[in-house]
Amino acid sequence: MIQLEKVSRSFTVGDQQVAALRGIDLNIAAGDYVSIMGPSGSGKSTLLNLIGLLDRPSSGTYKLDGGNVTELDDVQQARVRSEKIGFVFQAFHLVPRLTAAMNIELPMILAGIAPAERKKRVEKLLENYGLMDRADHRPDQLSGGQRQRVAIARATSMHPAVLLADEPTGNLDQTTGKEVIDLLEQLLEQNVALIMVTHDPVIGSRAKRQIHMVDGQIISETGSGT
Amino acid sequence: MRLADVAQFASGSLRGNPTRTLLMILAMSIGVASVVVLTALGEGARLYVVNQFSSLGTNLVIVLPGRTETAGIGPGMLLGQIPREITLDDAEAILRSRAVKRIAPLTVGTATLSRDALNREVVVLGSTSDLLEVRHMSLGIGKFLPPGDIHESASVCVLGNQMKRELFGNEQAVGQWVRLGDRGFRVIGVLGEQGESMGMRTDELVIIPVASAHQLFNTSGLFRIMIEAKSRDVIDQVKHDAEQIMFQRHNGEKDVTVITQDAVLATFDRILTALTLAVGGIAAISLAVAGVLIMNVMLIAVAQRVKEIGLLKALGAPGRQIRALFFAEAALLSAVGSVVGLALGYAGSMLVGKIYPSLPVSPPWWAVLAACGIAMGTGILFSVWPARRAAQLDPVAALAGR
Repeated sequence: MIQLEKVSRSFTVGDQQVAALRGIDLNIAAGDYVSIMGPSGSGKSTLLNLIGLLDRPSSGTYKLDGGNVTELDDVQQARVRSEKIGFVFQAFHLVPRLTAAMNIELPMILAGIAPAERKKRVEKLLENYGLMDRADHRPDQLSGGQRQRVAIARATSMHPAVLLADEPTGNLDQTTGKEVIDLLEQLLEQNVALIMVTHDPVIGSRAKRQIHMVDGQIISETGSGT
Repeated sequence: MRLADVAQFASGSLRGNPTRTLLMILAMSIGVASVVVLTALGEGARLYVVNQFSSLGTNLVIVLPGRTETAGIGPGMLLGQIPREITLDDAEAILRSRAVKRIAPLTVGTATLSRDALNREVVVLGSTSDLLEVRHMSLGIGKFLPPGDIHESASVCVLGNQMKRELFGNEQAVGQWVRLGDRGFRVIGVLGEQGESMGMRTDELVIIPVASAHQLFNTSGLFRIMIEAKSRDVIDQVKHDAEQIMFQRHNGEKDVTVITQDAVLATFDRILTALTLAVGGIAAISLAVAGVLIMNVMLIAVAQRVKEIGLLKALGAPGRQIRALFFAEAALLSAVGSVVGLALGYAGSMLVGKIYPSLPVSPPWWAVLAACGIAMGTGILFSVWPARRAAQLDPVAALAGR
């Protein structure tokens, strides 16, 4: 489903070109569980942002569901993000003035889904993630675990094919972190491809495919893939 | 994204920062209110003048001696350079025009009005019975000048309200005799109280038959001929007829000026409308200032909400949607600001109306529309830049809060 071919990404820092990714080749199929590990600055997050279409490669091609998405314009890319990609961030990124239910509803509002349908889906998600009694609470009234659950509910509200998680447990304690990982792993049953950046080897080792990155290159892949 | 959702999202983010929102609404509404109040004042002044003019009489055409190239009162007349005077016969001749309803020849002079030991200088108006109608005067007690041959003098006079009070106090004036210069006149009527109209205090006038005035001042010319047209539509016809008649009677010489009340009124109207526009324009500048304020605050808002903008992008909002959200915020702010401003403006106008009751203060509809339009326009215009900036944010950097 996801095909990266010789993907590179370099940034200009001052008057120097810094390569964040060098010639990445990567294939990820629907339902794959991939963890990306490596020291900080190894290009993990850049890779994730590229896959999430938040960033464009400097060279190379990125095909999603067979189509070359690097050539799409802003509006088309936004549409792909809306329909196929879900994000879960380390810092949750909930809109502080909106309630939990409204945060979950947000992607559907942006996609222009009818209010009745939105309401139905929000109800279901709140129930699935055990947030029924927290629906009208704003993020600052929620615990970290609850916040990340809201974020996961939000990421799945548009039924994405790929879920990208950037250090999803980074701001959580061990117990809630494990709960969150459990919730994310449940999505695999729905054939969602889960790609998770982490530097926690315990969490990373749970993935079927474990990719190790150093200096913008994939140095090894363990586990059974493809 | 649905329109209702855009509006809801925008109003949600405005409510999310009430202080900022209130300040912007305040700035906007002060701008709108000042446009409304200032144009209301200008329009009030215009209406005041228009009313003054119509109190002078309706459908008036005025013939004055002397020729001026432009309409209005020329220097020649002020200096008394009269090539040929207008006579009572000229006035009667004008009556031949079928468009003319009635005329009132006018002679003006000053004389000493006295009764027993009391005396004062007064403006004496020589005219005919029709003056009452032509000039929309009101009669208090008694009768106005008797109708009849305008060449016939009669020793009768009509006193202005104040003249009557000064000479007679609470006594009965009608039937009494007063002296104007060296002639005796019997008071046959007293004018009703009318105050000032166009600088002439009718309360301080004495009106006598035009022929008597000619004898009193030893003249034969007329100061004005006031002509009332049969209707508004034939004013131009009357003007033309009067010019023609005078032209013929004065041996082909164009030595009189015929002006219409409308022309004078139109001039005042233009001047005062320009004035209203000018003050309205000055007030509109404050709206532009409010627009700049909105731009500033919106830029700060973009900076404060980078993470949210980055998130919206990650969740599938294209740049134009983010732009639309910021536009919606600006539009909402401007709309609320306009409504509050209109309320303030109308309240202010009413207050001015209370302070100056004689001024018919009411904001003209075009100013109200323009104020709201400019408010919306500047609000949206000045949010273009911030909205663009938001839309162009790099999502990765925005999410990281950079």
